[in-house]
Amino acid sequence: MTLHNEIPTNQTVELSDVEKAQIDKLLLETPYTSGASIDALKIIQSHRGWVSDTSLLALSLYLNLPLGDLDSVATFYNLIFRQPVGKVVLHPCDGISCDLMGGQKIRLCINKQLKITNGQTTEDNQFTLIPLPCLGACDKAPVMIANQILFELIQEESLPLILNNLTEATSK
Amino acid sequence: MNSEQSIEQSTEQGREQSPKPTKPLTRFITDDDNCWQLSQYQNLGGYDGLKHALTLSHTAVLDEIKASNLRGRGGAGFPTGLKWSFVPQGDDAPRPKYMIVNADEMEPGAFKDRLLLEKTPHQIIEGLLIGGYTLDADIGYIFIRGDYYTAIQHIEIALKECYDNNLLGKDILGSGFNFEIHIHTSAGRYICGEETALINSLEGKRATPRAKPPFPQVAGLWGKPTIVNNVETFCNLPHIINFGADWFKSLGRFKDSGTKIFGVSGRVKNPGLWELPMGTPIGEIIENYAGGMSDGYKLKGYLPGGGSTDFLLEKHFDTPMDYDEIGKQRSRMGTGTIIVLDDKYCPVAMVLNLVKFFAQESCGWCTPCRDGLPWAAVLLEKIEQGKGELTDIEQLEDLCKFAAPGNTFCALAPGAVEPLQSALNYFRDDFEQHIEQKSCPYCAQDHSEAAHD
Repeated sequence: MTLHNEIPTNQTVELSDVEKAQIDKLLLETPYTSGASIDALKIIQSHRGWVSDTSLLALSLYLNLPLGDLDSVATFYNLIFRQPVGKVVLHPCDGISCDLMGGQKIRLCINKQLKITNGQTTEDNQFTLIPLPCLGACDKAPVMIANQILFELIQEESLPLILNNLTEATSK
Repeated sequence: MNSEQSIEQSTEQGREQSPKPTKPLTRFITDDDNCWQLSQYQNLGGYDGLKHALTLSHTAVLDEIKASNLRGRGGAGFPTGLKWSFVPQGDDAPRPKYMIVNADEMEPGAFKDRLLLEKTPHQIIEGLLIGGYTLDADIGYIFIRGDYYTAIQHIEIALKECYDNNLLGKDILGSGFNFEIHIHTSAGRYICGEETALINSLEGKRATPRAKPPFPQVAGLWGKPTIVNNVETFCNLPHIINFGADWFKSLGRFKDSGTKIFGVSGRVKNPGLWELPMGTPIGEIIENYAGGMSDGYKLKGYLPGGGSTDFLLEKHFDTPMDYDEIGKQRSRMGTGTIIVLDDKYCPVAMVLNLVKFFAQESCGWCTPCRDGLPWAAVLLEKIEQGKGELTDIEQLEDLCKFAAPGNTFCALAPGAVEPLQSALNYFRDDFEQHIEQKSCPYCAQDHSEAAHD
């Protein structure tokens, strides 16, 4: 696995024009700037893969919101990443309905195949593993979300194919 | 406008001709993959409820909702009409007033809102519009779980269809009623489903619940009057207005009104979701609709309403899925999605999974939840690994008491300990056996050789 500890830096980054335009659009819908903060963080993440200290600072300066407020929000929510992630983030469900149907075995299998544990990224930077609670597809358990696709009724035998297809999809 | 006129005509015809449905919530779901789109929704009578509501006074619509005895479908079961009646009305009421759909489904074992969001986005929007009209509100939000990609896509397209067809925006269908709807995709935390935490999240804050009072009806989003209701609650409104409160009340088989989307997951033959009358007995749902247990498995117990409800047993099969009746058995209707525990999965492991989830999703605001739940998880893990002592069981019981309603800001911790306290009651032998034989009696069996990450 690789450790992704960002090296502290005095460098500043600018938000891109696209990011600024998308954030400006949010501001039209909220009476107070802070109302846009979560969606703005998601916009930055959609362009950069994660939210670094420097991009957090850039957002703070752009929205004129305290850095601490933005970081307290960024670190609260499951889907905002404050560390770099691989090309594909695997979200196997660890809810009880999946576990009753063998979900834990599937997660152990992913651990073994990719040689990573929860929260880690593979050495080739292809996969990051972040299990999520109940994904709301309990009648199709066990399930996993990756690349915005919901994989249902996953079996141990089908895992290699799923991971292969995900790798191929990102190499295109 | 032509399309408008044709809607009006079909409304009038629909009201006279079509028989009143017995499964209103799913009546718009057909085999067609595009049944969620506006044209198909309208062909089947969609937006008739809104059109009818717009001809009535605000008070008349609220009275109809009150008379229907609709109770919130998100878990708490609070009467919707009563909740709404606390919103300030009249010309001097604070503005804007907000109306929010809670579509942040994340309760373990709950998957009913996903169906409604993906298949009937217009039913939700119509319900929200009727709600907005009833309380003379200005702005609606749909707060939707960020992982529900298909649902988000459908809702976004549906909203655009509404704006393009004068069903949203200014002077809706020529009625003079103005209403905007925004969508917020959650960044993911279970606590966002708690209404005041959801409001904080919409304000761009950490989703910690607020102390009440003031209640959101009076001072909610940005300090303005705000209503938050579950997806399924809103879905009922078009039908109540269309077919009347008396019809709605007649749908239930017991005391509660209407229908509900019930679901079953776990080792049953046919896991899934079904719209059934309120008051349908639990056993009927598990046996007839879910097909009973899968071959080779026996029923050990079940959580009747998702991960934060108390276990019940086979002996409770005759209990109607009715808020008060399940309450009499010391459990809750919750989301109405039943999680079945089979005889080969360790009940301690099941409770451990749930408690770990609630511990992780605690917002950290108050002590019984922030400190109590992780402690309970540690004790359960100890027991599951065969390292437990009998005093651990007593400590778990204490932790359940600490997290009881009244000791916490919100319902997360009290809900979290419901499966735990009932498991300690019904499956105490299993806990004690783990401790006595210093290992998990189930581990040799089905679910896992290593039950611990």
